[in-house]
Amino acid sequence: MSLSERAPAPDTAPGLTAVTGEGDQYLTFVLGKEEYGVPILAVQSIQGYREVTPIPNTPAHVLGVINLRGAVVPVLDLRRQFELPAQFGPTTVIIIVRPDEACERVVGLVVDAVSDVYRLRREGIQPPPEFGGQIDAACLQGLVPVDGKMIVLLELNALIGQQASAASVAASLLHPQDSHLPG
Amino acid sequence: MDEELRQILQIFLEESSENLDVLEQGLLRLEQGPAAGEELNVIFRAAHSIKGGAATFGLDPVAEFTHVMETLLDQLRSGRRQADAAVVRVLLQAVDALRALLAGAVEDDATAALASAAPVREALEAVLAVVPGTDAAPAGPAGPAGPQATVGDEAAPAGEDAGGWRLQFLPHPDIWQQGNDPARILRALGGLGELHLRADLTQVPSLEALDPAQCHLGWQGVLRGEVSQAQIEELFDWVTEQCELRLEALDATALRSALAELDSSATGEAMAPAAATGNAADGAADPVGPAHETATPPAPRAAAAAPASVAGRSSNFMRVSTEKIDALLNLVGELVITQSMLQTFGGALEEDGKSGMRDGLLQLERHTRELQERVMQIRMLPISFTFNRLPRLVHDLSAKLDRQVELRFSGEHTELDKTVLEQLADPLVHLVRNALDHGIEAPAVREAKGKAPTGLLHLSAFHEAGNVIIRISDDGNGLDGERILAKARERGLIEPQETPDETQLHQLIFHPGFSTAEQVSDVSGRGVGMDVVSRNIVSLGGRIEVQSSPGVGTSFTIRLPLTLAILDGQLIRVGSQIYVVPLLAILETIQLRDAQLRAPVQNGEVCRVRDEYVPVVRLARLLDCREAQPEPAQMLMIVESDGQRIGLAVNDLLSQQQVVIKSLQHNYRHVPGIAGATILGDGRVALILDVQALSSLRCQPTRPLAPAALA
Repeated sequence: MSLSERAPAPDTAPGLTAVTGEGDQYLTFVLGKEEYGVPILAVQSIQGYREVTPIPNTPAHVLGVINLRGAVVPVLDLRRQFELPAQFGPTTVIIIVRPDEACERVVGLVVDAVSDVYRLRREGIQPPPEFGGQIDAACLQGLVPVDGKMIVLLELNALIGQQASAASVAASLLHPQDSHLPG
Repeated sequence: MDEELRQILQIFLEESSENLDVLEQGLLRLEQGPAAGEELNVIFRAAHSIKGGAATFGLDPVAEFTHVMETLLDQLRSGRRQADAAVVRVLLQAVDALRALLAGAVEDDATAALASAAPVREALEAVLAVVPGTDAAPAGPAGPAGPQATVGDEAAPAGEDAGGWRLQFLPHPDIWQQGNDPARILRALGGLGELHLRADLTQVPSLEALDPAQCHLGWQGVLRGEVSQAQIEELFDWVTEQCELRLEALDATALRSALAELDSSATGEAMAPAAATGNAADGAADPVGPAHETATPPAPRAAAAAPASVAGRSSNFMRVSTEKIDALLNLVGELVITQSMLQTFGGALEEDGKSGMRDGLLQLERHTRELQERVMQIRMLPISFTFNRLPRLVHDLSAKLDRQVELRFSGEHTELDKTVLEQLADPLVHLVRNALDHGIEAPAVREAKGKAPTGLLHLSAFHEAGNVIIRISDDGNGLDGERILAKARERGLIEPQETPDETQLHQLIFHPGFSTAEQVSDVSGRGVGMDVVSRNIVSLGGRIEVQSSPGVGTSFTIRLPLTLAILDGQLIRVGSQIYVVPLLAILETIQLRDAQLRAPVQNGEVCRVRDEYVPVVRLARLLDCREAQPEPAQMLMIVESDGQRIGLAVNDLLSQQQVVIKSLQHNYRHVPGIAGATILGDGRVALILDVQALSSLRCQPTRPLAPAALA
């Protein structure tokens, strides 16, 4: 996702506080104790969590597929991708994103809860530090301090491309028992 | 050029490209055998339409070029010149040049095309300069005659000696009220001989004045063949009071000129339905006649199949963009899902005795299914659409490689989804190239081996168990097993001590970068072909196999699904999940009893089914089903997978239903063992099993996720 200036996006997530100001809009969501952000223009819709059809022989963080208005859309569990313990609560939602405008590929991300919409200036974004292999740094676009907390901006293309990365496949092959499917 | 004109120009260019195809195919047929009069007329008309259109759009170079071509074609048509190999060759070059000229017109840059067209035009003029009737040998820049060349004097049109009748048939307006249908009479007339017909539309009133219960049409025609006057009059026996019928006997010469006259009046009037033989009589009668079944499959591009359909198509077909059809197909898919949802709910209502509701639902199901089939049919095209490209390729290649090849087609009417067809074209071209380059030997070599000097390349298509099979077989040299083995060892594809069996060996040719050709030619031998072929076929959900015996020939078999959109499925339950198995893959289903099971090796169960031991695949294990409390499988579904019978152990059999195939790859990627997904009546997604791939998955149970699948 480029960080160039964009025309203000329509408020795609009603009920969330829109922060006025300059810069690109980001939708943030909560995962464990952290808040993450994705460019709002990539967000297509937010769906309540529902039963997912698992796909056999895929990495553990690929929960499966759902029916989104007739299309079969894969769903990734970000908790599992970020190696947090699996947890589903009443606020768990699936954010449907289309990471690449040029491509019609659509993917769902399971997160603990949606949080807010922020306008973030490009200058305020710091490059991501090394995480010592915990999370692939390519998935992170940068860190932004907002109102005394930190928001981790995600690089959607890398995040979704990672579903087939050798590391996660190896992990699922090494620990097949760890990957209990929900539902 | 304003936008509107540009759009019309685009249509003209599309039509021209179709006309060029017609021209090319017609010319190739001319080369193969004596020309029938109608054949030449089709060719001439194609060139004529291009000329007319080009002149309208001010594409003067195209119009002038086509005019020269047309002059030559006219001489062929009128019999003043024989279509020998040299003439056909020049005309084929002219087709290429014309194609380039038209392409240049699109880009508003015709300089290059003009430059390349100039020598071809000179060649055409050189042919024209030779006075017809004198010995036609030195016509054009003489070159070696094509492999299938027919000697000039053989080219006399068949049936030319037969005379015929010129007829004029003007039914009175009230003919239908007496229960007579001119279309039926004309069709019967077509059964007597070769009928060329043209509708006379001069009496058709304006739309406001038109009485649909009256016949305003007349016909003029020429019937070729040994037919007696009594035979013709017999057909008109019932309508003598209600029509004017004029018959005039023609001898061979008069017949030819009558035909030419009929045709020129047909081409002259753009609005008149084109004259044609046999089934075009239906076409001419269509605007007024009662609705009747379409005799030929809707095949706008089935040009080579029947010249008659080429001439008749303008009135019967319309252009619709594929996007519109796909949108329709998607909607119908949604409708099918909604319908099965309603049926699920309707099932619960049944107890209440609401029979009206149930009848309605049943009707809805029938109509939905029919609608779906009809919409699917729109996308189906005969495979001749793809086959038609090949004669030219074989013609050019065989000249280049010094081969004599007879190209034979069968089953070219077999219909396939348009998407499948389009993606099939490149693999077929590759396979044909390979057959000519590596398979069929040079004539001298063949004779030394005791074979006929002309090699046979046979392309056939047919349906088999919900699949379309396309086979490309040649009677050439066959695959050289030893050389493949040596090459594979050299490249380290197999270990030195390994000795693969024949099938494995043949499969190696689909490996990327594998070629045994000693010399890299510009035809084939770079080893980029076969792996691309295989990949294209697999991406269509199909498979390719090769059978070969040394010295006798090679045959490639491509197996493709009939359509990529719909499937008759059996729903099964594995653990808590529902999967779909293609109904056609299932041979039988039996109760699974432990007593029948044997496990000769660990993880290798077999089940005795009557007198046969069938390997058992536990789907729960294969599909990585992680249940808290695995429940024992109840049923064993015997399927054929990759040529062998295997038994799939499942928990339960559910209903059978048609499912709309949704791609997993569209948003995700290919998953081994899974052919796609579908949406069930309750809105849930169910995965469709790829039965063919299951048996290979079974062979590697310890690492179900093949590394190759990650690419």
